Amino acid sequence: MSGFAKHHKKLERNVTLLGLAAFVTVAIGGIVEIAPLFWIDNTIEKVEGVRPYTPLELAGRNIYIREGCYSCHSQMVRPFRDEVERYGHYSLAAESMYDHPFQWGSKRTGPDLARVGGRYSDEWHVQHLIDPRSVVPESIMPPYAFLAEKDLKAGDMVKHLTAQRRVGVPYTEEAIAAANDDLMAQADPTASTTDLEKRYPKAQVRDFDGDPDRLTEMDALVAYLQMIGTLVDFEAGEALEEPR
Amino acid sequence: MSYEALRHFADSWGLLFLGIIFLTMIGWTFRPGSGRKHEEAAHMIFEEDHEDG
Amino acid sequence: MDTLLLKAGGWLAIVFFAFIAMVLAADAGFAVHMAIIALAAGIALWVTINKADYAAIGRGILKAPADPGIYDDDPIRWGVIATIFWGIAGFLVGLIIALQLAFPVLNLNFEYTTFGRLRPLHTSAVIFAFGGNALIATSYYVVQRTCRARLAFPGLARFVFWGYQLFIVLAATGYLMGVTQSKEYAEPEWYVDLWLTIVWLCYAAVFIGTIVRRSEPHIYVANWFYLSFILTIAMLHVVNGLSMPVSLLGSKSYAAFAGVQDALTQWWYGHNAVGFFLTAGFLAMMYYFVPKQAERPVYSYRLSIIHFWSLIFLYIWAGPHHLHYTALPDWAQTLGMVFSVVLWMPSWGGMINGLMTLNGAWDKIRTDPIIRMMVLALAFYGMSTFEGPMMSIKAVNSLSHYTDWTIGHVHSGALGWNGMITFACLYYLVPRLWGKERLYSLRMVNWHFWLATLGIVLYAASMWVAGIMQGLMWREYGDDGYLVYAFSEVVSAMLPMYIIRAAGGLLYLAGAIVLVYNVWMTIAGKQREEKPMTETPYDEAADKPIVGKPAIEPAE
Repeated sequence: MSGFAKHHKKLERNVTLLGLAAFVTVAIGGIVEIAPLFWIDNTIEKVEGVRPYTPLELAGRNIYIREGCYSCHSQMVRPFRDEVERYGHYSLAAESMYDHPFQWGSKRTGPDLARVGGRYSDEWHVQHLIDPRSVVPESIMPPYAFLAEKDLKAGDMVKHLTAQRRVGVPYTEEAIAAANDDLMAQADPTASTTDLEKRYPKAQVRDFDGDPDRLTEMDALVAYLQMIGTLVDFEAGEALEEPR
Repeated sequence: MSYEALRHFADSWGLLFLGIIFLTMIGWTFRPGSGRKHEEAAHMIFEEDHEDG
Repeated sequence: MDTLLLKAGGWLAIVFFAFIAMVLAADAGFAVHMAIIALAAGIALWVTINKADYAAIGRGILKAPADPGIYDDDPIRWGVIATIFWGIAGFLVGLIIALQLAFPVLNLNFEYTTFGRLRPLHTSAVIFAFGGNALIATSYYVVQRTCRARLAFPGLARFVFWGYQLFIVLAATGYLMGVTQSKEYAEPEWYVDLWLTIVWLCYAAVFIGTIVRRSEPHIYVANWFYLSFILTIAMLHVVNGLSMPVSLLGSKSYAAFAGVQDALTQWWYGHNAVGFFLTAGFLAMMYYFVPKQAERPVYSYRLSIIHFWSLIFLYIWAGPHHLHYTALPDWAQTLGMVFSVVLWMPSWGGMINGLMTLNGAWDKIRTDPIIRMMVLALAFYGMSTFEGPMMSIKAVNSLSHYTDWTIGHVHSGALGWNGMITFACLYYLVPRLWGKERLYSLRMVNWHFWLATLGIVLYAASMWVAGIMQGLMWREYGDDGYLVYAFSEVVSAMLPMYIIRAAGGLLYLAGAIVLVYNVWMTIAGKQREEKPMTETPYDEAADKPIVGKPAIEPAE
């Protein structure tokens, strides 16, 4: 028996070696394929306008995650003519650079939401979430009326922004300190929001759920839906490339 | 190390290296005398049946 | 006595800390979970105190040493029951959410019963609870038999079983309360992930420990597959689960990675959860139970080794095919596509190896319904590993992605391959584990076979039609140069397909209920009066020597 075969006989009979060989085999793929994305600059081209979420948008996004919206709605417009016409400009990597975790989704039981911001009125969203079939008779979406009844848990946004910064979202000290106030202010048309709008350009400030007396989970979710895909200004400059 | 250099290495020497390892693994199963060993290994799950009865 | 005291004290401490954490919890989900943990530790405490053999301790022996002459099958028996229990739960939730898509009123206008919350409950219940318990139980069975050794670390082996059930309960209740990381097939939050990591490392210790104690020099190939499944799942789970909790007393966390990186990490995990959990692990079952049931060795042991190395090497690269045409860099997409297509070859190598094991005993497909199930499982394995590479080709994927075609593909693999091979193994195991002469009824295995087969056919066919219809309708342009269909029109076109799919699911569930009855009666020691499946007709007229004609010249 050759020396080489002897080595392999060992492999067959030694569980440590077998395990190690199997582990190295599976680790190679991950390292070569995934690792480059973490240290190569050209994975994500910086795009003007992309900013971290406001505290209210973040709270809304957490509700979106909690309810499993990603099970049926993607947030990733592919560069095809029909998708671009149906949903809007195809998605750029930079648009989800602050998404911990990403919400690209894998199934379109409902339409893509990557450009849903500003497409419908707040009233439409509220009505649609409370009773989807009252606005879209063909819809098979579950009703989310309970969101309008539940007060938004508002007191711990400082902790949320701190955790976000720990995973790399560039919130400033000042933004973190003001997180709880910013959350309240964004849904309150009477509050002073100059600081908020300076910290978060293009932040939309208003009462979202049609009930100005209460800050509900509906406010937060609609605030999030109304900003998805609105940060990058595709009308200006390089937009409208030829889709594939 | 630049991104380009890494890519270049991966789709030339890296590919060759992985390919050789893979072919060696396959070649190894055809080494002389392996047939009998494989036969034994394939039958080992039936050994207990014979002992039991 | 000291050990007993230490154990009981440990459980009591966990009850205490879990209770404190419950009181201080930042959110309701975390509080409920801590209550569940306190309860679980309380039960463990009660069992520790109650089950201790005080008389033996008094005589100075802690525990009578287990008989090394018999296999340690208790955790396997529990695992078989857990597999069946979670299987029924998972199939039932699957049927409910399938009906919700056809009749949205079934969401009941109630927070805890919306599709969004039930869907991860279904996927986790069938993959991790049904599939996971089947894998753990069969791996305990196979590793003992092929190593001719008792399970290493029997206490740890039991901890793995109960710890895994606790993981399932925490994950499932979490989904209902909206506690989720939103990463598909990895939804549990950070503390449940940590718990699973501990349980999984103990599982690895038990499995590897048993191999180390083996009395056979060669490690049988089924164990290779189990080993790679255990190690790879550990790696995938830890990397994909990395996240930053908002509070150590709250359930919410933020994933460590964002956007493109998070997407690729997630689908590297997601695809290999399929590759190693649902493929490598179940192939391990195939490589032991198919030869055993067929009573002949695997067709080619050499092929099984080639199958092993090429499968684990190629699978790990294929993840990016879930992200075709997205913002993921093109080179990663192409790499994922190429490896996915190449993966077709080892997959079919494995299928052929399994099927050809029956070479020379093909009549068993007719006479043995368990073999018939195994053959169907392998056939579906072959079909879905052909369909998968095809769907990973970018041109095909541009049509199939985001549609129900993907759902159909997944279910032809899950119901056909994973489900059927698991059922076959359960039918093999139950009489042996409970010391019964045979199953209650082989004919009922046959009913199960046909119910499940019909269910899968309805499911897969309706989802193919639905998926291709969706893909084509979304991209259809009229002569006027505008898109023809609004999204809502495509949704309403799906209704008949969704109803057929639910009917398929119902049949599959019905088959599983037949299994429950059959297994129940077998364990109860009953045998059904029935005509045997094997009948060779006796022809008396032909049963005599031929006289008067010259005998055919014998060869040579």
